[in-house]
Amino acid sequence: MSTTTNTSRLGSLLMTPVHLLMRIVDVPLRSLQKATGISGMAAFFLAPNMLIFGIFVLLPLVINFVYSMTGGTAFFLAERNFVGAEQYSRLFTCGSYLDPMSCQEDAFWTAVGNTFWFVILQVTLMILVALVTALILNRDLAARSFWRAVFFFPVLLSPVVVGLIWKWILQRQGLLNFGLYQFGVEPYTWLTDRNWTFVATIGVSLWAHMGFYALILLAGLQAIPKDLYEAAEMDGTKPARVFWRITLPLLMPNLLVVVVLALIRAVQIFDEVYVLTGGGPGTSTLYLTQYIYETGFASALRNPGLAAAASILMGLVLVVLTLIQLGIGQRGEKKGKR
Amino acid sequence: MKMKSILAGATLALLMSTAAHAGDVRIMWYSDGVEGEVMKDLVGRFMKENPGINIILDNVSYGVVREQLPVQLEAGNGPDIARVAQIKDNARHWLDLRPLVKDPKYWDDNFGAQADWMRPDGSKQISGFMTQITLTGGFANKTLFDQAGVEIPGPKATWEEWAAAAKKVKESQQVPFAMAIDRSGHRITAPLLSYGANYIGKDGKPAPLDKGAKDFLTKFVGWNQDGSFSKDVWVSAAGNTYRAAAEDFINGQLPFYYSGSWQVANLATKIGTNFDWVATGSPCGPVTCTGMPGGAALVAIKYTKNPKEVAQFMDWFAREEIVKEFSERTLFLPGHKAVVDKGGLDFKTDNALAKAALTKFVDASKTTSETALKLPAWRWSDTFYAAIVTRVGQTIAGELKIDDTFARIDADIAQKVKDAGQ
Repeated sequence: MSTTTNTSRLGSLLMTPVHLLMRIVDVPLRSLQKATGISGMAAFFLAPNMLIFGIFVLLPLVINFVYSMTGGTAFFLAERNFVGAEQYSRLFTCGSYLDPMSCQEDAFWTAVGNTFWFVILQVTLMILVALVTALILNRDLAARSFWRAVFFFPVLLSPVVVGLIWKWILQRQGLLNFGLYQFGVEPYTWLTDRNWTFVATIGVSLWAHMGFYALILLAGLQAIPKDLYEAAEMDGTKPARVFWRITLPLLMPNLLVVVVLALIRAVQIFDEVYVLTGGGPGTSTLYLTQYIYETGFASALRNPGLAAAASILMGLVLVVLTLIQLGIGQRGEKKGKR
Repeated sequence: MKMKSILAGATLALLMSTAAHAGDVRIMWYSDGVEGEVMKDLVGRFMKENPGINIILDNVSYGVVREQLPVQLEAGNGPDIARVAQIKDNARHWLDLRPLVKDPKYWDDNFGAQADWMRPDGSKQISGFMTQITLTGGFANKTLFDQAGVEIPGPKATWEEWAAAAKKVKESQQVPFAMAIDRSGHRITAPLLSYGANYIGKDGKPAPLDKGAKDFLTKFVGWNQDGSFSKDVWVSAAGNTYRAAAEDFINGQLPFYYSGSWQVANLATKIGTNFDWVATGSPCGPVTCTGMPGGAALVAIKYTKNPKEVAQFMDWFAREEIVKEFSERTLFLPGHKAVVDKGGLDFKTDNALAKAALTKFVDASKTTSETALKLPAWRWSDTFYAAIVTRVGQTIAGELKIDDTFARIDADIAQKVKDAGQ
């Protein structure tokens, strides 16, 4: 009894400065509430966050849009001339959008095409490999935690490190050629072959990010009630039917999140590919983000306005993908409420 | 490595955005060989002699100077001093040291020959000085040639003769490629000029590619496609990203490597006694046998908060005895008239191959063509270089046909001129 009393006294002693502080804060807040009402208070508490969001997200977005309407090579807006939609028009001046070389900005359309095929192939493979990995890791394997760590480890690596590791493996005098040479296979220049390099960027990206998506799917698999599987087993249901009728439908919310996240990430691909191939050979692994970077900053032929216009277009694609993700999230919430 | 460069550049930009303290002078420096160590030593000596000035030497990769510095400069930022190779293109960002240095006449007398390379057209400003004068040229792996029993082509040998000889060595010695040239517009301009190319139009603006340029580029693409030239170098990136082929030569994988005099210290240090190599000068074309002059300049940046301290350091580093010492220790050809005229440079190396190579480059500089001498001071050189590298890289990778390449190069250059409001 005395112990409880002592603890209670100690608690109120410790809380005294907190209460004091709250009383001090309370005075101006009450006056503010009187002046603005309850809804005004919500705006007041949101204001710091909105200010930061405004300065670091909205303002750059607006500036970027203004840049896309200007021409010249200078970086200061004051030194740039207004050209209206000329940069957009330059991006869209094309004989045929399916033939980048018929376009005025052929590198942009090459990058769009490369990014499109990269997204389609990488996301499809990513989902399949992550799903298979999650299914395997969900079984009663020996050293299961070890295997989970092994598959997740590449996610912890910096994209630059990922790019460098694979460059050392794939370059002409790299580890892969050394290994093949031991079996009498002639060295091959993997990073200067257009087709192999494209495949390599997909493979490296899979290796680097698959663990993250597998982890999301694994969490989904573990949330599926075990009794469903036990009931199916008692009914003698075949494993394939269990997968299609129980696992996949119940995993669908996680799978949709993974698809959207993987899509967004794939559209933004840049760092590990930039280190691995530099966008080459030629422009075979030039993706949209690298095009924007090169056009805006790295090339002696740089044009910040054109880069801004391309980034606005890329931003629109990402907005669409994000809206899809939000839609999926809201649909999931509604289903949960029912 | 490129990503590392980007991160290093971003870090530097962040560091440099902080307020400069009075007396602080920040230098952005890159190294091809041992000059970073020499510079560190010289900076230490300067600070001992001038205790009120704190020099901060940022050693960065060449990629940072090439890609990150121009962006910083356009934004009105940057270091106080920088060692740069894109000298003319950014001339509007250099500080005029004329009213700040002790004796402008000393600067005009000794660095006047290259002063136009680093100042806006029509200006008389003193922007800095060349830490080294370079000349493009070739290097042959003498050991590979000897082992193959192929004679190294003579001083008047053409590009075709070099290609034929190097190909024989490649086949005999089972090395991956016969020749390589750095992925650089500056480097490939030397053979283009030897084939009669002229970039500068009558109005001083870029001219369309002429027959000389087209002839060599057609041959060069062919040599890459038949495996004579190292395809790895030119297709290894998109855009106009710089790639050197020095590592392949150092590893004994290349009979002939076309780069330039700044590689001498690098080759001497890294090859050591592994094999014998020689500088060959520039192979000839139908018109001439020229290399491309160039170099790295130490320039003051006009956005500095400490112009007096900057000028004090530049005055100190431009002194005849310091330039001489820097050149002797780095194995660089000096850009200081008095040092050149007096001669007697005692290059600090016991590597006979390096000394012979330096002598060869000095000799080769005597045949540099008039057009080649004009290009470093021409505003549109970098634009030309970037367009050539970008499009030729695509062509070698099989994305463009050679005629489309020429059309695209001309269009890219014309667009850049238009974008610049010219």
